Amino acid sequence: MRDGNDHMTKDAGGVDLKRYVTEADDHGYVTRLAEIAAGDSAKFLDVGIDTGEEGRAGTFIQKDRSVIHSCAHQEGVTIMSISQAQNTYPWLSEYVWREIDPQKDVFTAQAKKVPHEGYFIRSAPGVQVAQPVQACLYIAKEGFSQNVHNVVIAEEGSRLQVITGCATAPHLVSGLHVGVSEFYVKKGAQLHFTMIHDWGREVNVRPRTVVRVEAGGVFVSNYISLKPVGSLQMYPTTLLAGEGAVARFNSVLVAGKGCSLDVGSRVILSAPGTRAEIISRAIAAGGTIVARGELVGQCPGIKAHLECKGLILKEGLMQAIPELSGTMPGVEMSHEAAVGKIDQGEIEYLMARGVDEEEAVSMIVRGFLNVDIEGLPLALRQKIDRIIQDTQKDMM
Amino acid sequence: MLTIEELRVEVGGRAILNNVNMEIPRGETHILFGPNGSGKTSLMMTIMGFSGYTITHGKITFKGHDITHMPIHERARLGIGVSVQRPPTVQGLKTRNLVEVCAKYGRRTVDIEELAREVNFNAFLDRDVNHKFSGGEIKRSELLQLMAQDPDLILLDEPESGVDLENMALIGETINTLLHRGIKYAKGKPHRHSVTNASKSALIITHTGHILDYITADKGQVLFNGHLCCSRNAREILKWIGEFGYEECVRCAMEMTI
Repeated sequence: MRDGNDHMTKDAGGVDLKRYVTEADDHGYVTRLAEIAAGDSAKFLDVGIDTGEEGRAGTFIQKDRSVIHSCAHQEGVTIMSISQAQNTYPWLSEYVWREIDPQKDVFTAQAKKVPHEGYFIRSAPGVQVAQPVQACLYIAKEGFSQNVHNVVIAEEGSRLQVITGCATAPHLVSGLHVGVSEFYVKKGAQLHFTMIHDWGREVNVRPRTVVRVEAGGVFVSNYISLKPVGSLQMYPTTLLAGEGAVARFNSVLVAGKGCSLDVGSRVILSAPGTRAEIISRAIAAGGTIVARGELVGQCPGIKAHLECKGLILKEGLMQAIPELSGTMPGVEMSHEAAVGKIDQGEIEYLMARGVDEEEAVSMIVRGFLNVDIEGLPLALRQKIDRIIQDTQKDMM
Repeated sequence: MLTIEELRVEVGGRAILNNVNMEIPRGETHILFGPNGSGKTSLMMTIMGFSGYTITHGKITFKGHDITHMPIHERARLGIGVSVQRPPTVQGLKTRNLVEVCAKYGRRTVDIEELAREVNFNAFLDRDVNHKFSGGEIKRSELLQLMAQDPDLILLDEPESGVDLENMALIGETINTLLHRGIKYAKGKPHRHSVTNASKSALIITHTGHILDYITADKGQVLFNGHLCCSRNAREILKWIGEFGYEECVRCAMEMTI
C-alpha cells in the first residue's frame, strides 16, 4: 500500500534545506520532569504538555535531537525513542517506512538521511489506556532542522489517547520541523490523537503522516494551530482499510500576518461500511490559509462528509478546496464549504441583547472556532479556550 | 415610555416610513397592524437601531433619552428588548451563554434552568443559538432571552408566526408574564397590586391577530404605506380588518388625507 504518497510532491515549497543545520548539542536526560527549565515547561504547557503529568499515562519529550524524557506509567503502554524501540523490537522494522516512501519528497528524504529520533508509542492488545499519553517535540536551537520519525500502534482492541505538542523555545526565530509519522490502528482499536502547534514566526513545518485503520478501528484526530508559524504544509492520509473502520478529523486554524498554512486531510475509504468526517474551521487574519480535504470512496455503501468553513478577518487569503472522488456506484460522500466574513446580522442580533460591537464579534469568532473536540481533558479544553481568547486580541 | 415624533426612514434610498408619530405610555401594550410591506417591521427595526434603516427626519425618545442615533447595545441596556422575525443562527454559541449575556446586561441574576422550564426549553440550552430550531422553538428561545433581560419596552414581531396551537397558549402566557400582566404573576397578590406594578410596555406586530386571544392590548395602530393612519381599540381594529380587509383601512386613510 503506497497510495498515501501520491500527494507528496518533490516541490519543497520555497524551503531551502541547505539553510538549516542538522547538528545540535545534545541535551541531558531529565529523570524528574520538575527539573525542566521554567521557560521550557511554560511553552510545553501551551501545547498541552503538563510537566506535572497531571492525568497523563506517560510522557515523551524531545528537545532538538535529544530525547530528554521518556516514561510510561501504565502497564501495557510503551513509550520510547524510535531508535531504542527499533533496537528493542526487531519486528518494528515492518512498521517503519511501510506506509511512507522516503523518496516521495525532499523532506521525507531528509528524515531518512538525517534522522533525529521521534517517538514510539504503543498500547498492547486489549489495553484500555484511560489517561492520555503526552509527547512533545521541541526546537531550541536557532536554524535547526529537526527530522523526526514517529510510530504509534494501537494494537487490537486497545484504546489509546495521544496529545502531541510541538513548540519552539521562546526566542527562537527560524527552524524547520520535518515529522514523518506512521500510525496503525488495529482491529477494533481506538486512537484519539490531538496535536497542538505553537511554532516560531519563521519556522517551516512539514509533517508527513499516514494512518492505517483496520476493521472496526476508530481514528480521531484533532489539530490546533492558532499561533504564528512561518509556513506549514501537511496533508495526512488515512487509509480505512478494514470493514467498518471510522476516521474523524477536526482542525482549528488561525493564520495571522506572515503565516502560510496549507493544511488538509485525506481519507481513503476502501472497505465496506467505512465512515469518515472531516471538519475544519479556519480564520485568515492577515495570513494565508489553504484548507484542503479529500475523500476517496472505493467501496459501495461507504459514507463520508467534509465540512470546511473559513472566515476572513482583515485581509489575507482563505481558500477552501474540498475534493470528493468515488470509483464505485453506491458511495455516499458530501461536502460543505463556505468562506466569508462575519455576518453583520449576527453582530447586531447580539448587540440587541446589550453586548457592545467588539464583544459581539469576539463571541461570534469564539463560537466559530468552537468545534466540539472529542476526548480532551478538561484542563486542556480550558487552556485551548484561553488561547483562542488571547489569539483573538491579535486577530482584531 | 416611548415617543416617536415625525419619523421618516429610508431603506436603500427608498422612503419606507413617512411622518410617523407614536406614543406608548408606561404599562401599555400596543398592537401594530398593517398589510404586507406597510413598514411595520421597519418601524420596529428603527426603534431598536438596526443598520440599514436610515432616519432622515424626526426623533425617538425612550425614558426621556433621545435614542434616535444611539447604538443598538445602549438601547438594549436602557431597557428595550426585541424579538425579530428571523433571528440568525450563531454557530458555536450555546443558547445558555446567550441567555446569560441577556441577564448580565439586564443587570439581573437568574436561574437559567428554572427560567427555561417556564418555556419548556431546557433541552435546547446547550444547542447553538437558533441552529435548526423550528418556528416555535425560535419564539421560545427569543422569549427566554427576553425573560432573562427583563426589558421595560418589549418589541415583538409576529410572536405567533410558525407557532402551533398547542404552544400558542404558552407563548401568550409568557408574554403576559414578561409584561407583568399574567394571571400567574398575580397569584397570591391582589390584582390591584400587580396592575400598579405593570410598568412594562410593549409594541407587538401581528398579522393574524391570533395573539389577541391570549394577551390584553390597550391600543391598536394601523400602519399603511409608511403612515400611521388609525389608532383605536385593538380588537375593534381587528374586527374591521377581519370583516373588510385592509382595503377598508386604505379607503379610510384616503378619506382622511382628502
